[in-house]
Amino acid sequence: MTALVITEHDNSELKGSTLNTVSAAQKLDDEIHVLVAGFNCNSVAESASKIEGVSKILYVDSSEYENFLAENISLLIKNISNDYSSILAPATTNGKNYMPRVAALLDVAQISDISAVESNDTFQRPIYAGNCIATVKSSDEVKVITVRTTAFDPVSSESGSAEILKLEEVNDAGISQFIKDELAESDRPELTAADVIISGGRGMQNGENFNLLEGIADKLGAAIGASRAAVDSGFVPNDYQVGQTGKIVAPNLYIAVGISGAIQHLAGMKDSKVIVAINKDEDAPIFQVADYGLVADLFTALPEMESKI
Amino acid sequence: MKILVPIKRVVDYNVKVRPKADESDVDLNNVKMAINPFCEIAVEEAVRLKEAGSADEIIAITVGESVAQEQLRTALALGADKAILIETDQEPQPLGISKALKSIVERENPDLIIMGKQAIDGDNNQTGQMLAALLGYPQATFASELKVSDGKAEVIREVDGGLQTISVKLPAIVTSDLRLNEPRYASLPNIMKAKQKPLETISSDELGIDLNPRISTIKVSPPPEREAGIIVENIDQLVDKLKNEAKVIS
Repeated sequence: MTALVITEHDNSELKGSTLNTVSAAQKLDDEIHVLVAGFNCNSVAESASKIEGVSKILYVDSSEYENFLAENISLLIKNISNDYSSILAPATTNGKNYMPRVAALLDVAQISDISAVESNDTFQRPIYAGNCIATVKSSDEVKVITVRTTAFDPVSSESGSAEILKLEEVNDAGISQFIKDELAESDRPELTAADVIISGGRGMQNGENFNLLEGIADKLGAAIGASRAAVDSGFVPNDYQVGQTGKIVAPNLYIAVGISGAIQHLAGMKDSKVIVAINKDEDAPIFQVADYGLVADLFTALPEMESKI
Repeated sequence: MKILVPIKRVVDYNVKVRPKADESDVDLNNVKMAINPFCEIAVEEAVRLKEAGSADEIIAITVGESVAQEQLRTALALGADKAILIETDQEPQPLGISKALKSIVERENPDLIIMGKQAIDGDNNQTGQMLAALLGYPQATFASELKVSDGKAEVIREVDGGLQTISVKLPAIVTSDLRLNEPRYASLPNIMKAKQKPLETISSDELGIDLNPRISTIKVSPPPEREAGIIVENIDQLVDKLKNEAKVIS
């Protein structure tokens, strides 16, 4: 039985979430093929061929896939899906966008955001913002799955030697059009790939005060995140948001500053290895999940911390 | 322009849901139910389009048990003109819901379908995309801004790296993210008026749709508990613990 893993990339670089997804696929099927679909993305296909445990790269290079529009990508995946018992993608905003469309085209259910594989038809997944873990069994012949990447250790991106098979597949649905991306540019690691994350909440009071996090982030090589409250208040852009409807993260160290700890935020970070909370309200629920809590005014605590690490 | 807004009845977002003692399912005894927050945003967006003169009719629809009429009445109080309940005793799953919605779309021919990006019970994030696939319509998911003109919708989407703008041909499906708008509260007069608005009930059998679940729940268990941590006295102690006990910084 063979699994097909859909890569996450930006036409030049393969994203790390692909490696976690391959790791999940290995628990399902013996053989793994990987789809690289994009435009001028030869370098991605080359990188993908080095992923550990992958035997074949299906490489499709055509302009209608450049921006990963769901209408086009889903047709492509459907057309090449015949020989696969499972199709997996990381639960990124891309994967969440096109995979249910693939599932519906194949007339199968999708199993969203799996956090563990129990057998080739039984999976665990968080529901109700992670307040419960459901074990679910799919009766469909083909399993269409999105993977919670933080729940699976990545495979090596160096040790593989897969064959690259170039396919000519043109699927332009012609009903949607990409206009532009406004992506944050930053020298910091991506939130979902960072070892250390420092996040600010409503307690930061304004966007300018996020500068207080930057000095610490620089010293620790950390990514900067935020709670929904901070994003909704306009302190920082939406791509900073950690939580049920934002990004799911599980770094080695998560520092929550001025974040009360609503369940929707905890859903996005409580699998972090070590959690630190700094909050002046000693009753804040964030302290219930923190390994180390400091009840303090963040405006004095942050500069002191920056000078002492 | 006619807008269809599919909604869902879910546990109120303030409720902390726990598994049943026998772990057979979640325990929903006596919990407060509400319209899914993302669906409420979808209704609000439709109402704003109507207030701006871009839309003339809004239909709210749900697939579920008879009690889901409460949430349809909420949508009517927020400004929908009429409502449709596709009644079933089964707990429908996204694929089945999409098929049921498709049959109503084919009857009503809306120009635009706005719905929540996910329901906060199953956190599936599937139904909008599936409905779009079944209809062959384009989809603009995770929308934080929506503009409709000349038979097209221009949508700003919230994506991992920031924002993406796409244009989709109508009829299309838009799924709402949190920042699309802030929903209003229904006023008392509007709640009263909503009781008079038309609410049509159709049994799922009449539609001849297969709502049988493809995924069965074997067990629902609590998430692994984190062990209680400690409160440190000051930054010095915190830095010391991180360096020497947790060994996560050097």
